[in-house]
Amino acid sequence: MADKPFSHAYFEEYLKEKKLMAARCRHCGRLHLPPRPMCLDCRRLDMEWVQLKGRGKLAAFTCIAVGPTFMGQQGFGRDNPYCTGIVELEEGPRISAHILGVDAQHPETIQIGTPMIMDPVEWQEKTFLAFRPA
Amino acid sequence: MQTKMRKLGRGVALVGAGMSKFGAFQDKDSRDLFVEAFQEMLHSVDKGVDPNDIEAIYVGNFSSDLFEGQGHIGPIMSDWVGLIPRPVTRTEGACASGGLALRGAVIAVASGLYDIVLASGVEKMTNLPTAEVTDTLAAASDILYEASAGFTFPGLYAAIATAHMAKYGTTIEHFQRVSIKNHENGALNPKGQFNSSIRQIMDSRMARAKERGLPLPTWQDEFDFLNDEAVNPTVAWPVKLFDCSPITDGAACVLVVAQEIARDFTDTPIYIIGTGQAADYALHQRQDLTSIGAARAAAQEAYAMAGVKAEDIHIAEVHDCFTIAEIVATEDLGFFEPGEGARAAAEGITARDGAKPINTSGGLKSKGHPVGASGIGQAVEIWQQLRGQAGPRQVPNRNLALGLSHNVGATGGTCAIHIYERR
Repeated sequence: MADKPFSHAYFEEYLKEKKLMAARCRHCGRLHLPPRPMCLDCRRLDMEWVQLKGRGKLAAFTCIAVGPTFMGQQGFGRDNPYCTGIVELEEGPRISAHILGVDAQHPETIQIGTPMIMDPVEWQEKTFLAFRPA
Repeated sequence: MQTKMRKLGRGVALVGAGMSKFGAFQDKDSRDLFVEAFQEMLHSVDKGVDPNDIEAIYVGNFSSDLFEGQGHIGPIMSDWVGLIPRPVTRTEGACASGGLALRGAVIAVASGLYDIVLASGVEKMTNLPTAEVTDTLAAASDILYEASAGFTFPGLYAAIATAHMAKYGTTIEHFQRVSIKNHENGALNPKGQFNSSIRQIMDSRMARAKERGLPLPTWQDEFDFLNDEAVNPTVAWPVKLFDCSPITDGAACVLVVAQEIARDFTDTPIYIIGTGQAADYALHQRQDLTSIGAARAAAQEAYAMAGVKAEDIHIAEVHDCFTIAEIVATEDLGFFEPGEGARAAAEGITARDGAKPINTSGGLKSKGHPVGASGIGQAVEIWQQLRGQAGPRQVPNRNLALGLSHNVGATGGTCAIHIYERR
């Protein structure tokens, strides 16, 4: 069976199945997250999908009180801030993601380095990458 | 990666500079602001210039398409200043669009193709409500993998801030000191959006409360004010309102000419001796979350071209879209060691009378940040300071000869740096 294209559409399709998928170059082994069709090291078009464990640690974060229109529609805002951040995965790559299960009203309680586990979230029938403390 | 030594094909100088008032103007469109900047530029040319001698125009603009519903803005700006049919090129590098326009003009003149080029920038942002401005600015991030994670523009810089705090012990008070300093400088800039220090803002709010018979606030000092969530609400923790540059309308332009004709226009041209530009990945993909690689690479190129080092620079305008951004900028430019930028701000080293004055204009924080115009606005400030024409905010008792501008697009996907010399 041919690999699905290494595009955002399939990244999100896998995410709906609670799978965090990256693209790995069959030639040189470099791992790419987000997935992409061309290897950054050898520039070949020879990728394969690989599933990551979805475990890592928090590398940076923020608690947002003035969000984009979309997050406002999900009920977030001044009185209900949300946390988003960058997670460093066990396999190496870092990725931006929603951070759930933390107290966004009290950001000083959130610690960089906290172990995280993936837990995708669904809003308006779309699936978003999210993590929560492991 | 950049080891190749680059040089300009011939010398290039600024002989004129102007900017519109920066602020929120319901009754003006981008073209009107552009005319205002152009007029001031013409009047700034000591020996005069015939505008018809301008051969080409570069216009920095991030997103008139989304902010005003107006695409293809170049010919309209050119028309409003009477320069049709000269070639006009719009440059887009998010908030570094202006820096790219300057670099385009410098390269065009250095190549020998043109002798006289207008480098400009413009943005009209206040037509949209704040939520839509937030959406539009977030479009400068990676929408598939950053914006979808809920990141806003202040949010991305806030993430840099938390990483900087964790790695170097930087504190919220450090950010506040940058804000206080830039507002103090901006209070002396009549073209700026705020044009008042934090102290002046506090005093006017006290006066208003008194006038209306409301309970008087009990702020002891600026830090007290900035710690008051009611007047300085969190936007994206740890970034608060007074850490953010405002939403601004404005335009700026400079006249770029070949060195051999510069003295036909003025006895005090400001030479551009170095230009650098570089790119970087989305924030999560970078090795170091506390530094902007594009700024380091662009600085390396500009310093090498100019034959100067960080310590030689007398004055700099850096891209303080958020207070953390100024701290990171002063580290990326090599003014201070990584992690030392916050301490430098706290100790007054970057104050107007400090050893390394940063953002004497008030920076984007206080002067305002019409994103496509900001890179050129920085050049206007360096032009005035190096010529001793900055009025009450002139750096005191200093013979300024070398200046630098540092203009960043989004979280550093693009960076343009220029080095200026008065001889």
